[in-house]
Amino acid sequence: MSKRIDVEDLNVYYGDFLAVEDVNMTIEPRSVTAFIGPSGCGKSTFLRTLNRMHEVIAGARVEGKVMLDGDDLYAKGVDPVLVRSQVGMVFQRPNPFPTMSIRENVLAGVRLNNRKIARSDADDLVESSLRGANLWNEVKDRLDKPGSGLSGGQQQRLCIARSIAVRPNVILMDEPCSALDPISTLAVEDLINELKEEYTVVIVTHNMQQAARVSDKTAFFNIAGTGKPGKLVEYAPTQEIFNNPKQKATEDYVSGRFG
Amino acid sequence: MSSAAVTSSRFTSGQAPKWLTPAVGLAAIILGAALSALIGFSVATWALFAGLIFVIAGPILIGIIEGRRKGSDAFARFLVYGTFLIALIPLVSVLWTVLSKGIPGLSGNLLTTSMNGVTGVVDNKTAAGDQPILGGIYHAIIGTLEITALATIISVPIGLLTAIYLVEYATGGPLSRAITFFVDVMTGIPSIVAGLFAASFFAFATGSPSTRTGFVAAVALSVLMVPTVVRNAEEMLRIVPNELREASYALGVRKWRTIMKVVIPTAISGIASGVTLAIARVIGETAPILVTAGFVNSINFNAFSGWMATLPTYIYYQIMTPTSPTSPQVSETRAWAAALILILIVMLLNLTARAIAKAFAPKTGR
Repeated sequence: MSKRIDVEDLNVYYGDFLAVEDVNMTIEPRSVTAFIGPSGCGKSTFLRTLNRMHEVIAGARVEGKVMLDGDDLYAKGVDPVLVRSQVGMVFQRPNPFPTMSIRENVLAGVRLNNRKIARSDADDLVESSLRGANLWNEVKDRLDKPGSGLSGGQQQRLCIARSIAVRPNVILMDEPCSALDPISTLAVEDLINELKEEYTVVIVTHNMQQAARVSDKTAFFNIAGTGKPGKLVEYAPTQEIFNNPKQKATEDYVSGRFG
Repeated sequence: MSSAAVTSSRFTSGQAPKWLTPAVGLAAIILGAALSALIGFSVATWALFAGLIFVIAGPILIGIIEGRRKGSDAFARFLVYGTFLIALIPLVSVLWTVLSKGIPGLSGNLLTTSMNGVTGVVDNKTAAGDQPILGGIYHAIIGTLEITALATIISVPIGLLTAIYLVEYATGGPLSRAITFFVDVMTGIPSIVAGLFAASFFAFATGSPSTRTGFVAAVALSVLMVPTVVRNAEEMLRIVPNELREASYALGVRKWRTIMKVVIPTAISGIASGVTLAIARVIGETAPILVTAGFVNSINFNAFSGWMATLPTYIYYQIMTPTSPTSPQVSETRAWAAALILILIVMLLNLTARAIAKAFAPKTGR
């Protein structure tokens, strides 16, 4: 269920604007990788190229290769929809579908694709996904209530349950805790630790303590100045990034001297 | 909280007493009556003077007691209330007139018969008190419902699909700019021009210049409806947050499925009320119906052959050419009853749209 990601010479553009330049990186299966760096340095942009969500924005394009277990996501003829069903994504702001109940939200990936699913299988899928997202005990008595009635932290975990219900190989998280309180953050971090047993998890975060707590490897992105492309400065085991980084810029950033 | 506690607070001292506004209002009404009596009393001048005195004197008094800022606040507030009341006058007046003149004409006979065979002789007998009002609006109700339904069936898919193209697929190229421009132009087409377009188009297409059917009228009405539906649906689709689309894409859902199952359900309540507004706009059209569907006194269920009457054309003919020129009051009664039925139909449509909106609206609650 878990796959490895290899990124080779990746350039990411918005129209003619080069947003992220020349990224090379290998993300191991069953690991948590954190992307850190100042705002606007291209972390989220890069993350969105890993499941071809980047090209949803008009004019956005990519050069280079992203390989999922050796298969290039950007090869000719690759269907981005298929890519996205294998590489799930959780967004910064919780975004449950407002017209659907909690149960329907979890089943959204199945139902929206018009796949037939037996009622008992659906019940099992809802329970296992919600248990997987540490939300089952809180919502099991109100599965038919709207998902938007949950608290922010619960909504975010509902979104995670929705992502894992389609059984992806990789889960991308774009600052999943930035809108949450410390307790909900803790719940999501625990969850990330459990998710890595089964999935490859990539997380963008502004919170360096969070990166240190949850990730195995950390990538530091930086930007030379406004209008310049973002770059991958250093990519190493988390311990190394925080304790003895090789690059001066990384050291300055993780020690809080800038950014 | 007792009022004594309120007035004794340091934060509330220096405020105008609560009775000041009603007192000024009362004084304005009395003074207004007196002033209007000076120049010859009438209700209109009375209301005008009372309103003016209230809007000027009230803020000045409050300004003296509470200060300049509160005074201007009161002035703006009274102006808002006043313009609201003025805006209500036509609405209340129309409702009152239609109800008071329309209800006497309502009967089972009116709703279930056409004007077939109802001549001036029949109306003269009715006016003489020999029989109840004969003849009805059944054929016009049928015509209105069929033509409006056909127009809706034509224009909602076109309008909705255009809006979906503009919001979900267009990238700001020449095509989408052209569509937006022409939709704007279409919004301004006078209804008679739309009617003439449909009439001449069908005359050209069928080769017979007198082709008048309910369907031609429906086409004319769609020309008026489409731009309204497009503009409204476009607005509604644009306010669906992009995050929902992205969430759906990230689950591996195709774009058109995302549109069908996430975007449209989220926006459906707004789209439904927009469609109702578009229907309400065209259901009262008279001129385009006359040049496209003609006018008849008998029942015609077939919108694709033969002339049809609708409620607006029925009202127009009953008022302009009364069935019995010597006793037009019978025709007038029927016309007012028809107007009341037309308003009721529009109201029913509104309620239906609200019900649809409520059923589909994003759910809240815990």
